[in-house]
Amino acid sequence: MTQIRRTRSGGRIDRSQPVRFTFDGRELTGFAGDTLASALLANDEHLVGRSFKYHRPRGILTAGSEEPNALVGVTRSPGSGTPNLRATQVELHEGLSARSQNRFPSLGFDIGAVNDLLSPLFVAGFYYKTFMWPKSFWNRVYEPFIRAAAGLGVAPTAPDRDRYANRYAHCDVLIAGAGPAGIAAALSAAEVGARVILADEQAEMGGALLHETGATVERQPADRWLEAALAELAANPRVTLLLRTTAFGYFNHNYIALGERVTDHLAVPDPDLPRERLWQVRARQVVIAAGSIERPLVFPENDRPGVMLAEAGRIYANRYGVLPGRSIAVATACDTAYRAALDIHAAGGSIAVIADLRERPDEALVAEARAAGIRVETSCVVTGVLGRKRVRSVLLGRLRSGSVTAAGTVNADCLLMSGGWTPNVSLHSQSRGKLVWDAERGAYLPGAAVQAERSAGSCAGVDGLAAVLADGAHAGAEAAREATGTAHAPRQIVAEGGEAGIGWVLGALPHDRDAARVRAFVDYQNDVTAKDVKLAVREGMHSIEHIKRYTTTGMATDQGRLSNMNALSIASTALNRPVPEVGLTTFRQPYTPVSFGTLATTSRGDLFDPVRKTPIHGWAAGQGAAFEDVSLWKRAWYFPRGGEDMHRAVERECRTVRESVGLFDASTLGKIEVVGPDAAEFLNRIYTNPWLKLGPGRLRYGLMLNEAGFIMDDGVVGRLAEDRFHVTTTTGGAPRVLAHMEDYLQTEWPDLKVWLTSTTEQWAVIAVQGPKAREAIAPLVDDIDLATEALPHMSMREGHVMGGIPCRLFRMSFTGEAGYELNVPPSRAREVWEAVWANVEKLGGCAYGTETMHVLRAEKGYIIVGQETDGTVTPDDVGMSWAIGKKKRDFVGMRSLARPDLVAEGRKQLVGLLTRDGTALLEEGAQITREAVPALKTPALGHVTSSYVSPAAGRPIALAMIADGRARMGETLHVPMPEGAITVEVVPPVFVDPEGARLNV
Amino acid sequence: MLLIQCPYCAVERPELEFRYGGEAHIARPESPSELTDEQWADFLYMRSNPKGVMAERWRHVHGCGRFFNALRDTVSDRFLAVYKAGEPRPAIEVSAPAAPNKETGR
Amino acid sequence: MSEAILYSADGDTETVLAAPGLRVSRTRPVARFAFRGDAAAAGKAGAAFGASLPMTPLAANQVAARAALWLGPDEWLLLAADEPPAAIAAGIEAALADVPHALVDVSERNLALLVEGERAARLLNTQVFLDLDLAAFPVGMATRTLFAKAEIILWRLGDEAFAVECWRSFAPYIEGLLLEGARGL
Repeated sequence: MTQIRRTRSGGRIDRSQPVRFTFDGRELTGFAGDTLASALLANDEHLVGRSFKYHRPRGILTAGSEEPNALVGVTRSPGSGTPNLRATQVELHEGLSARSQNRFPSLGFDIGAVNDLLSPLFVAGFYYKTFMWPKSFWNRVYEPFIRAAAGLGVAPTAPDRDRYANRYAHCDVLIAGAGPAGIAAALSAAEVGARVILADEQAEMGGALLHETGATVERQPADRWLEAALAELAANPRVTLLLRTTAFGYFNHNYIALGERVTDHLAVPDPDLPRERLWQVRARQVVIAAGSIERPLVFPENDRPGVMLAEAGRIYANRYGVLPGRSIAVATACDTAYRAALDIHAAGGSIAVIADLRERPDEALVAEARAAGIRVETSCVVTGVLGRKRVRSVLLGRLRSGSVTAAGTVNADCLLMSGGWTPNVSLHSQSRGKLVWDAERGAYLPGAAVQAERSAGSCAGVDGLAAVLADGAHAGAEAAREATGTAHAPRQIVAEGGEAGIGWVLGALPHDRDAARVRAFVDYQNDVTAKDVKLAVREGMHSIEHIKRYTTTGMATDQGRLSNMNALSIASTALNRPVPEVGLTTFRQPYTPVSFGTLATTSRGDLFDPVRKTPIHGWAAGQGAAFEDVSLWKRAWYFPRGGEDMHRAVERECRTVRESVGLFDASTLGKIEVVGPDAAEFLNRIYTNPWLKLGPGRLRYGLMLNEAGFIMDDGVVGRLAEDRFHVTTTTGGAPRVLAHMEDYLQTEWPDLKVWLTSTTEQWAVIAVQGPKAREAIAPLVDDIDLATEALPHMSMREGHVMGGIPCRLFRMSFTGEAGYELNVPPSRAREVWEAVWANVEKLGGCAYGTETMHVLRAEKGYIIVGQETDGTVTPDDVGMSWAIGKKKRDFVGMRSLARPDLVAEGRKQLVGLLTRDGTALLEEGAQITREAVPALKTPALGHVTSSYVSPAAGRPIALAMIADGRARMGETLHVPMPEGAITVEVVPPVFVDPEGARLNV
Repeated sequence: MLLIQCPYCAVERPELEFRYGGEAHIARPESPSELTDEQWADFLYMRSNPKGVMAERWRHVHGCGRFFNALRDTVSDRFLAVYKAGEPRPAIEVSAPAAPNKETGR
Repeated sequence: MSEAILYSADGDTETVLAAPGLRVSRTRPVARFAFRGDAAAAGKAGAAFGASLPMTPLAANQVAARAALWLGPDEWLLLAADEPPAAIAAGIEAALADVPHALVDVSERNLALLVEGERAARLLNTQVFLDLDLAAFPVGMATRTLFAKAEIILWRLGDEAFAVECWRSFAPYIEGLLLEGARGL
């Protein structure tokens, strides 16, 4: 029989729309408007999961996002899906497929439940105690076991195919929670004309109004008023209503993160819709209207399926038309449970007993319950339940002057409980607001705000529907006034019913059971019992922060919203110190679990980072080039021909450049145009080199240090005119160099008349290198004399190519061969490149990539900043003292070059290395030692920085940084490797054309 | 994520548009070569790192590009003032931490 | 559709995205300059350029097919769609022969996207964290900011029209995110 616990009528479900779903493969039916939890309860299913540590059978405890037990995995397709969803939040849709978790082989019979029998082993701190010794067991035995046993749901195995969206939003007033307080706040704030965002985590807005069936607002039934209020808000274009949206993080300066679940509730979602959307909201004012959460009672076996919070039972009856059991017992210390009992009774449920802890509960309530035929026992405590996978009966005890005597058993398959209400202060606490202990209520309430926020309604300790509405309206008006400067009286809303809940209890209840044999749970999800908390105190944990970590209480997905107050009270009793002295742990983000997809939003795959491509990229791709990532750029790495591997392609490219000509895309180099009357003086201070006397039309290699004296970048600089320089930087260093220059210019030398403009993407750079370079470009150049006398090495001209395309033509080399760099507009770069390419091809040349560029420069001993250098290298270390202007009074980093540690002996210096056997290729980064087999802990002399097979040298070559390297020429050293040490000889770091004769052809 | 007022743009923008630039009001010496090693090391590396109000440099790097200075309370992350480069540090009372921090200052 | 003459969504442009209430297109090429200097230099430059350089932060001044955008206290972006860069530069340089300043041609450095339609602001707010409410970001406001991880200049041309200027190699990333953001907006 299906839905045997469904009421005959009532509730907000649509009885005309049955919905089929499966739970652990079994087909069940609910109605549209159900949650998975309400649909399972309608089918009398309470057992929905196994607990984390002891694998105890667990049921549905709540009707909200704080649910600790009923965690399920929901699957849309094989390999995908989401674990650890709360069944109380999962909306039913046709075909929903949910599975219980943490059980094997089945929910009903679970092997892991043996942990429950071994529970004495798993007391508080058991990890620390059990797995201490022997040490060697940790990696091989303990950790793998713990990892296999721990965790709740199963992570998906397939990549997430869903899309996730992002939205930035601003508002005057953000209201978190659309219960009566939040809606009243929204109505009041909207009246001022404020921009309002009202967010609620549920599928419907209204909070308690959705199940306060007896109450009236503005003399209408609560749900009727709710409908009108929401319509009014929806019609206001300045109000944004966000359903299924959780304010999960409250960060600095009123920055709040909301997670919107867009499609999970749909049977067939529109493929264009994202699954979830992250809202990053900056609010002038925040109203927290998060409500309050009913507190469980801590008594033996309080975790058995069938035990449920009283208000949850009421919500299932009133809102979902479901009775939580056939015969229902109620245990309470709070008046609100009477309303639950009476509503369930009115809906056709059978209430077996109301057991009230209190000696003299409210007489009118007791009378009303008895008039309905309900048995009411006062001074009566629940001392346990019988039944393992479902409550069978409830044990009662009589409280007399602190002691408990057995008071019989009541047959029941459901026990509703209420320990009173805990104001939901999570967001206030996240905002860094302090909490204040209210001894009369037994609750922490929001204290003074640190950010622009206020709490309203029951999360602020306000009880009763009328008072909550008034408080919300007041908070909304105040928030809007502060945000907009416009004052307006709060909306007056008359309400009756929804009375305040009086009465509460904290901590473990007294009982007459064998204390050694029974367990009363405090934190359900983490399986923390009252005994664990007491044990932690006995073992010396006196701070609540230590107790939390030792027992893991409050560390579950609800962040302790259900458990903290009971744990705190038990600790307070054990420590014999008042609750506020024991303290309270901080509530952290996120409020409820958030998927990785929501946090990543669109930052994944191709859109994770910008992928920067040069104007030549398409040509290189068409030639079959392999690419490598250099910062955000894609650079052509090498151009394999006819099945060549990288090694062969690079060897061919190297030979071709040295023998004829090669074509290289250098567009990614950073470029900065330095302009103004003080441009030369500025460069003089920024670079080590002298600039004042460099003539227009000349180029110079520039070396840049940071103030500590270490090389930070290098590049060729051309002087276009007296007051204008074209500076180039390394590809990866471009933003850093510009920021470094701006820093000095703006903050140290604001008097200099010079300005910096990035021109990296104003110019595409086509490098043509090799003995036939001039032949390759000469036919294309319109108006520049390429003769060496007119354009010698390290000079430049502005002119045109190919009949009018502007070009800054540099004669320079990073290969040791004669060469040119054509700076042309990116929009014309491809046609210039292809024209040069046609000539290069005719001359037997080739295109080459970054790998060949690296080999060619290493053959010449040219450094690459970031490869030979690592942020601790000075110009002298790499043999570049020649780049320092000897007569300069000052430049950035100059004073540091005289630091004692930078002039001391023993610094690592750049050298070349040749392997003794002439064939072994050294590994970059490998350490270099004096001995082939050095004693343990012998410091290395240095390390290999670059290593390539050099076609020009006919053997592998390497560059290295070695202590006092220049004094070690000819020495034999060793590079120890796992297969044995490689013997190397220290040589000068230039392997080709040391005189530089090839540059001037 | 902090909101920072840019004194040049005269608007408040999210922290992402800015780069932190370390402690403010540490001027580069006029003639570094005349300094002793100790004085130079002091300039290069020694910073006050206070608990409480700190004058620090920020650059509106993804906005107007200007460096400016700010007074920020390092305990609360609250900005007490922003001012343009070259302007003196505003006289704002230092919110005293609970106990004087003996490690602060040099 | 934008009334601006400077940027055009017609003619030699490329449509990136067209959806109800939404159009994104790459505009035709324009001449662009980075202008740097003090207020006196800016005054002379504006007179020579034909659109004065605004002194108010985040302001833009458009005169026919020329515009000057305030980017910083000594920095402006000059845009022109009626003459080639060399001619414009010559005119400004002639007027500022004795005044320290920097004028750098960045015509090719940037590309511009036009984002138009009633959902334009919402689409931009998928990756731009600024408040684009008309009261907070009125027509005529221009600013450098971020679009996800890319730096842009955002200029509001009309109630429902924005120009997004970016360095050319970042354009595919921005277009990709706009296409992604437009789905299920």
